[in-house]
Order: sequence, then structure tokens, then C-alpha cells
Amino acid sequence: MSKIILETRGLTKHYGGVHALEDANFILHEGEHVAVVGDNGAGKSTFVRQVTAVEQRTGGEVIFDGQPVSFSGPLEARQAGIETVFQTLALADDLDVPSNLFLGRELFKFKLGPFSWLDRKTMRDRTMEALKTTAVKIPNVDNPIRNMSGGQRQCVSIARTAAFASKLVIMDEPTAALGVQETAQVENIIRGLKDRGIPMILISHNLRQVFDLVDRIVVFRRGRIVASLRKDETDGNDIVSYITGVKGGSDAAYA
Amino acid sequence: MAEATHGLGGLKYDPAKRTRAPEWNVFAALVLIVLIFEILNRMQGGSFLFNMRDNVDGLFNQQRLDIMILQVAIVGIIALGVTQVIIIGGIDLSSGSVVGATAMVVMSFAQTATVNGNPNPKAIFGDWAMDLPVIVPIAIGLACGLFAGLVNGLLVAYTKIPPFIATLGMMVSARGAARWWSNGQPVSFPTETFGTLSNGDLLGTLTFGLLHWPGQNPAVVFVVLAILFHVIMSYTLYGKRSYAIGSNEAAARMSGINVDRHKVLVYAIAGVLAAVAAVLLTSKNLTAQAGMGVMYELDAIAMAVIGGISLAGGRGSILGTVLGAMIFSVIISGFTSIKLDAYYQEMVKGAIIVGAVVLDQWRQRKRARG
Repeated sequence: MSKIILETRGLTKHYGGVHALEDANFILHEGEHVAVVGDNGAGKSTFVRQVTAVEQRTGGEVIFDGQPVSFSGPLEARQAGIETVFQTLALADDLDVPSNLFLGRELFKFKLGPFSWLDRKTMRDRTMEALKTTAVKIPNVDNPIRNMSGGQRQCVSIARTAAFASKLVIMDEPTAALGVQETAQVENIIRGLKDRGIPMILISHNLRQVFDLVDRIVVFRRGRIVASLRKDETDGNDIVSYITGVKGGSDAAYA
Repeated sequence: MAEATHGLGGLKYDPAKRTRAPEWNVFAALVLIVLIFEILNRMQGGSFLFNMRDNVDGLFNQQRLDIMILQVAIVGIIALGVTQVIIIGGIDLSSGSVVGATAMVVMSFAQTATVNGNPNPKAIFGDWAMDLPVIVPIAIGLACGLFAGLVNGLLVAYTKIPPFIATLGMMVSARGAARWWSNGQPVSFPTETFGTLSNGDLLGTLTFGLLHWPGQNPAVVFVVLAILFHVIMSYTLYGKRSYAIGSNEAAARMSGINVDRHKVLVYAIAGVLAAVAAVLLTSKNLTAQAGMGVMYELDAIAMAVIGGISLAGGRGSILGTVLGAMIFSVIISGFTSIKLDAYYQEMVKGAIIVGAVVLDQWRQRKRARG
């Protein structure tokens, strides 16, 4: 088997008395696309928030790219190479597309503390490139994204992730609020990531999408990982049985 | 030309079309208002913009234009800072009071020892503070503004109280400090050099005598600062961060921007700009009073709002505020030119501020509907 890019050992998160995530053992290989599915409150988003250090874990280990890591915040995780599309869009509505893509990592003509001169042309060129590689069509990138459709905004958000993705991409329900066409566009971007060999964790409720896009499906239930199934060894009914607890029950399988 | 796409909620949006800069609408309003006053003046046999006198040269009514610019320059400088604060999603109610407090301090260090051969009757400090080089009162004044701005910024950024409350507190306290400074007495009789700060010919100095605009230094400083901050807001990281924070603070934070530190910086700059206004105001009037700058904060906010700065943050520009200041000034001058009573002027001014916001909201809703 190829190199392991992300591994969690006994990852645990308690919110006071609520055990949102319990002893999650998860492995992601290089170039692999894995879906994380489960009912509401099963611990999917909690799992992602521990990996990306949006929250600090209660216990367990995260090993990223061969190194045990303990990020102090999402920024550090990003600098290490974990790009995340959050469920709530982290976009500034009044800025144009290049500004959003480069938010927090602007390029400069010269540096002068907060008054550093922005290299707008290079950022714009790199944006056009990024949109091209991700096949996102935004007719005028100089417009503030406030006026764009939900799909276009989501595409900007995902293009940002895809453009800077170095080691791992995490998407938390990227198509939850999108229409049919827009969903198709986002799925194309995800396939593009697969072609480029960038590993991904996809959180989704949409089983059709999951079976279309990923190699392996990990099922969460009540804060535990109850199944890890290769796509070609399972089917929708099987997954649903794990999600609802018909299968898997209390004896948690390991991913 | 791409087809209009229908996004979420059936909003129609033509993605290929570049959104027109809202400054154009403000500019159009400015032209319209000038035109209205020109017509009203013509009906009375005069002219708003043009020179109607035979004994004076020039196409335009230079005197009116000079007054129009001078009367908004000082509040305009404050408005430049207030604009930046509004863009990051805050508000600064303290600028008028900071002007008052700073004015008192500045003048105390700008006094001259002898007035008509007698000791300065308004002396605040002893002989050591008399006839200091002009840089001393300027530096002390800017430091006062910086201090007030820093306090505002630190309160807003680190105690998480609403900017409205933080700066309201500063507004009351700074006014109190201004009154306490000399027990409510005015501070007067500055050195001659201090007087030339506002009343000299800065444009002549800046252009090595090529151009002259004596007595209009506040306007010159206003224009220079406006250009400076327009460039900073448009082309530097400072501007990008300001818009990002005003637009979506959580996203800015998640992108690694040090939002709190940036807020402190923006409020500090607004404080310094209020101090610049105070220096120019005291120099222009050759005196400082505790009541200086009353209502300036509201005029500055009004200029920004008329200029299309969204109070929700993230939208607007320095250019918009400059245009807003010009509209403000044209309206005041315009009412005077048609000899409208000063009481009516204030009433109408209030209505115009509300009208500008209503118009802006209406335009945005219309745009959203397509």
C-alpha cells in the first residue's frame, strides 16, 4: 500500500459531558479520496475540526505526512498543507475573486509591514490559472463575489482550496446548498483533484455523490467510526445499515 | 456577452458585466446638486459656480469655490479616518471630542511669550512652554490623537464591546478632558509660525512656488491625505485587510489575518487624523476652545454615508467620502447662495443624510432583484 498521508489514533473530543468523538482510528493513503458519512451529530464535522485544529482535541494522536502534529489553529494546519472548505463559506463578500483566493497569503511587490504593496497583476494571473485548472467558470473575476450565485461562490471557495492544495484537501458538505448544475461543477473539481493525485476527505450526506467520487467510505455513528468500506465492496443499502445502526452495532470496526 | 445566470433564490445576475463603481452614482448626484443650485441662482439673477462680476477676472466664482473647499477640509480630514473605521465594520463617535481635547493641548504648547509687549494673558504653562519650535505642538497633538485612537482600538478589539459604546465613552471623556484642561477657558495667542500652518501657502511650498493657494492649507492637506489614503486603501495590504474584515470578520480571522491588531491600527490612524484636523483648526482660528469640534464626528460620518460607505462595513472608498464631502459642502454653500436661513440648512442637512442612506438601500435592493 502507498504512503499514509493522514492517520489518527484514538482521536477523542468531549464537549463537557458530550462525547462527540470517541477513539477514532482513521487512515488516509496518498492520492486516496475518502468519504465520511453518518447521521447528523455522528461526529463527522467534529472529526474534521480536530484534524484541522479549529478545535483542540481532548485526546488521541494525529499523524500528518509521517509526523505527529499538534496544530494550534487552522492557520497552522493550512501552512502544513491541509486545505479545508468549511461548511460556512469563509469568503469575504465585498472582495473580488483574486482577493478571496489570496486572502491571508497575498503576494507583494514590496514588503512594508501592513502597508506592503500588493502585486495585483500576479494574483489575478494566478487566479485565472487556478480557475482554469479547476475548470471553474467565473466570467468576471474583478467583481465582488457578493453578486455571484451560490454555486459560483462555492466554486471560488473550492478553487481556493484546490489551487493551494499541497498535501490534503478536506471538504465539509461542499454541495449542501447547491443546485444540480452547480453540484456537477463542484464534483468536476473534485475529480480534478483525484487526477492530480491530491488526497481528499469529503463529508457528504449525498450517497450518490459519495459512490461517484471516492475510493473508500468511512461511516460514523454516535461519535465512533463503525465501518470503513471500499466502494466496490459495498452498496448504498449496506452503508445505510451502518449509518442507522442496523449493522455495526456497538462493536466498532476500525478504519 | 454571457447569458444571465440564475443563481440561488432565482437572483438574476449577469456575471460578465463588471459592476459599476458606486462612486459614479455619488458623482452623478454631486453634478445634479450643483446643477440645481446653478438653476436656483440663475432664477435670482446670479450664478452658483460662475463669475458674474465684471471687475473680477476668471470664469469661475473663485471665492465661493475656495470657501466650499475650506469649510469641509477640516471635517473631511476626520472623515478620511472615520471612513476607514466604518469600512472595517466599526464606527467612531469620538473624533469631534478628540479634536476638542487635542486642540487645547496643542495650543498650550504653541503659545507665544509676549502679546503686544505684555506677557501672554492666556498662558497655560510657565516660560518653558513659550515660543517652542512649531514641531513640538504638532508632535504632541498627533500623540494625543494617537493615544485616543489606540484606546478606542484596544477597547474595541480586546474587550469586544461594540465600537458604538467604546467610542461613545471616548467622546464623553475626551470632551471632559478638553474642559478640564484649562477649566473651560480658551487657550490663545500662538506663535506666528503656528499660525502659518493653516493660513500660509503650503501649496506654494510643496510646488516650489509654481502654484499658489494662500490661506487654503487645510484644503491642501485634505487633498494630499485623501490621495494618500485612497492609494493605501486600494493598493496595499492594509486596505485589503480592512475590506476583508468589514466584509466577513470570521473569514478574515480564519484566513490568518490578525484582526484585533488591524482594528487597533485603523482606530489609531483615525485618531491621528482627528489630531491633524485639530492642529489645522487651532492654527486657522488662532485659538483653542473646549467646545471645538462639537458634532464633527456626525458630519464626518454623514460625509462617508453620503459618499456611499456602507455602515455594515466592507463597502465604499476614500474617493466616495471625498465626493460625499463635496456634496456636503455644495449643499451648505448652495443654501447660503440662495439666501436660505441657517436654521433651515441644518434641518435639510439631516434629511439629506437620511435620504442618502435610504437611496443607497433602495438601489442595492433593486440591484439584487435585477
